[in-house]
Amino acid sequence: MPIKIVILPEKNMQPVHKAQAGTFESSDIMILIEPLDNDGDNHIELSSSVGKQFKDQINRDITELLQKYEITGARIIAKDKGALSPTIKARVETAVLRSLDKQQGTLK
Amino acid sequence: MARNALNIEIPEKLDGLGALEPYQGVWTKLQKGWMSEQTVPPAIKARMPHTSKMCDSLEEAILKCNPQDGMTVSFHHHLRSGDDILVQAMTILANMGIKDIILASSSLTSAHEPILPFIEQGIISQIYSSGIRGAIGEACARGIMKKPFVIHSHGGRVRSVQTGKIKIDLAIIAASAADEEGNATGSHGPSAFGSIGYAMIDAWYAKQVVVVTDNLVDYPCVPPSIRQNYVDYVVEVDSIGDAKKIASGTTRITKAPLDLRIAKLASEAIIHSGLFKNGISFQVGAGGASLAVAKFVREAMKKHEIVGSFLLGGVTSYGVNMLNEGLFRAIFDVQSFDAAVSQSIMNNPYHIEIGAALYANPFNCGCMINKLDIVVLGALEVDVNFNVNVITGSEGDVRGASGGHSDTAAGANLTIVVCPSFRGRLPIIKKKVNNVVTPGDSVDIVVTERGICVNPKNIELEQKLKKAGLNIKKIQDLEIEVDKITGQPDPIEHTDKVVGVIEYRDGTIIDTIKQIKE
Amino acid sequence: MNQNKINKRRSMLYIPGNNPAMLQQAGVYGADSVLLDLEDAVALNQKDAARILVRNMLKSNDFYNCEISVRLNHIETPFGIHDLEEIIPLQPDAVRLPKTENVEELKKVFEIIEKIEDAHGLPHTKTKVHVMIESALGVQNVYELASFSPRIDAITIGGQDLTADMQIEKSKDNYGIDYARKRIVMASKATKIDAVDTVYVDVEDEEGLREETVYIKKLGFTGKAVINPRQINIVNEVFTPTESEIRKAYRIVKAYYENKAKDIGVFAVDGKMVDAPVVTRAIHTLTLADIDPETIK
Repeated sequence: MPIKIVILPEKNMQPVHKAQAGTFESSDIMILIEPLDNDGDNHIELSSSVGKQFKDQINRDITELLQKYEITGARIIAKDKGALSPTIKARVETAVLRSLDKQQGTLK
Repeated sequence: MARNALNIEIPEKLDGLGALEPYQGVWTKLQKGWMSEQTVPPAIKARMPHTSKMCDSLEEAILKCNPQDGMTVSFHHHLRSGDDILVQAMTILANMGIKDIILASSSLTSAHEPILPFIEQGIISQIYSSGIRGAIGEACARGIMKKPFVIHSHGGRVRSVQTGKIKIDLAIIAASAADEEGNATGSHGPSAFGSIGYAMIDAWYAKQVVVVTDNLVDYPCVPPSIRQNYVDYVVEVDSIGDAKKIASGTTRITKAPLDLRIAKLASEAIIHSGLFKNGISFQVGAGGASLAVAKFVREAMKKHEIVGSFLLGGVTSYGVNMLNEGLFRAIFDVQSFDAAVSQSIMNNPYHIEIGAALYANPFNCGCMINKLDIVVLGALEVDVNFNVNVITGSEGDVRGASGGHSDTAAGANLTIVVCPSFRGRLPIIKKKVNNVVTPGDSVDIVVTERGICVNPKNIELEQKLKKAGLNIKKIQDLEIEVDKITGQPDPIEHTDKVVGVIEYRDGTIIDTIKQIKE
Repeated sequence: MNQNKINKRRSMLYIPGNNPAMLQQAGVYGADSVLLDLEDAVALNQKDAARILVRNMLKSNDFYNCEISVRLNHIETPFGIHDLEEIIPLQPDAVRLPKTENVEELKKVFEIIEKIEDAHGLPHTKTKVHVMIESALGVQNVYELASFSPRIDAITIGGQDLTADMQIEKSKDNYGIDYARKRIVMASKATKIDAVDTVYVDVEDEEGLREETVYIKKLGFTGKAVINPRQINIVNEVFTPTESEIRKAYRIVKAYYENKAKDIGVFAVDGKMVDAPVVTRAIHTLTLADIDPETIK
């Protein structure tokens, strides 16, 4: 059986369709991602229960993940309930993969 | 500007408060043996024999008290979030066109939010209280009142009344049972709320006293927690509040695993502190991890066959059960948290109702907190010097209560603060707290789910707890650990305007609350 | 991961793999072991989300002194292979294989694990394997499964699925799985690995949990899985030796080290001969009481 080690998709990807990941529970973040009909910029719309104190850090985590997958032309709607950094990155990554139809090992 | 003993800048004076004395240390002012400030005499009144105190309505009673602009009106908060009387009375005063009222309620709860328009319109221009929450708290932090609000402790409030800082013109005292002469209690009746301890000083000192009840009983009302010789008028109303919210369900032992874990760790610290022996006296808060400590202490007392001396403070039915099981010999009750407690006050002579002065006023020959072995308290934030904030939230809003926090911390042999190390994403253990209510010098241990921090002044205690195998961490290390988990929050932006002050129990100013930048 | 872990597994706390609030606090409750669950606690359409979340938590969350294990989906499901690919490179202390029935499955899983480890230049020893028995066939094959590889260091029983497979009602006294429990314990003793019991589902019933834990300890189980942090104290308490047991173990281990220094092999403590198995048991007793035997030297 072949073993895949890295599952990063191809570069410069635009989401194929709307997708979401995460929940509205405390310590979690709900990420909605959808393709934008524009010149390739990403738009992040963040609302957070700890926005006053952490909006920059949350935006940085989201942006980092988008850059890692070289995502372009996406709108990200993030509703945060105090998620920690590893959770934010996990939810963005899950949503990105789902929007690219690259998620693995799950029922849809 | 002067700096107080915590190196916090305190203005020399403020409009609406006059000269401010900076905080000097937990026990500095007590060491002298008496209070430097002059006391004012309580109101002395007279009344002809066989005249009636009964009024047909609260409005009539208030009118008879001759209300004036700039007057101080006081209330107790024993009805908690079920209270109807404060809002009713303030509405009557507003309708009479009275303005510039100083509101002196022992605390403010969510039930009091309808007075927000009166604050906005200047009908209420200043607040003295041990706690402010919700929409009123947000408004206070925005600085909408003319004069700075004052947050005091339960013990400190008594001192403020006796020194005339709070000069009560009209005390409106809700009671769940009262007679026609004004003997009144909270211990029975359909709206029973237990101890009426915070109102006792108001009854004694106020220029005029109105007792309001929804349960007028045949003379005499027993027990006479408030006595007739202080009462001017008595009013019977349909209801003093929502009985369900008066006996709120906040006092069940939590099922939240994190709170239980913290409580378990705190109970282990107590058991190994050297104080866990016969004759122990004990106080816990009513909510979350703090009350849950009682569960584990109860189990341990049974296991080790320990009988305590007394339980103090805010009393829950859990405490009453411990009294009935013989685990403690007495309860001293300044405030009760549920309906079952009321019956116990009524029926058990060892469940003793006390006033706030006996509970915690620093300036007398020994309040009860002076005899307290262990207190378990909560916190909104704790800093690396063990200073505790229980009043302002992470966004700078006023959303808590000083209550008996700084009183009991100053009195108890062992003051334990229980809190999670972070909440949501907000760090609780911080380099610096937004505001100090209880100074770190009066805090011995902070118990979090990620470790127990012992104030470095208690070297022996730290060794005992380490020897018992507890997870002891330096608070500075815990702060760094938490910071790594949550990230560093952006600071709250304030203007330079002082909108409120936090008074220490001895009347000095421990911190100021600045206006939030919009 | 933590180097100073003491090898004990009294309580193993299940944490749903798609729940960040519980994952980030998993290490603070005093469980000996946390069991991050990608299997039954995760909805079938959230398997990807949980896998990524657990992977991130393994990378950066502090689980303190807890042993970290991850329950994977069965290799024959559409999820199992992906779980291995994400989790094995992070080398948790253990992975738990659910619904294991025969040696062929184990062969397949071990082969994949080792391939992943080779590809990442990782040893084949760090991550242990816990085999979970949840069917009649698994019970029948338990010794073969337990002895399949030295990498397997615990065998566990899943009561819910087992009663379902046996087509019996799950009763409070768990009488129906009694034979399976004993079989599993015996296989674990024969292979000298841990045996971990199934969860007690009624979280409110503290006395019931205590009774069951006392019972399964008597059978020979070395630990028990728990589904709520509130259950940890009771399980740990039952598996923690009494003071007199600890004192006796301390005397044995102390005498062992003293005699070893003098090259004496067999000696007496409290008037009874002490041989190697007695010393081993005494060391285990001290470990369970949070005493590091090394400190007695």
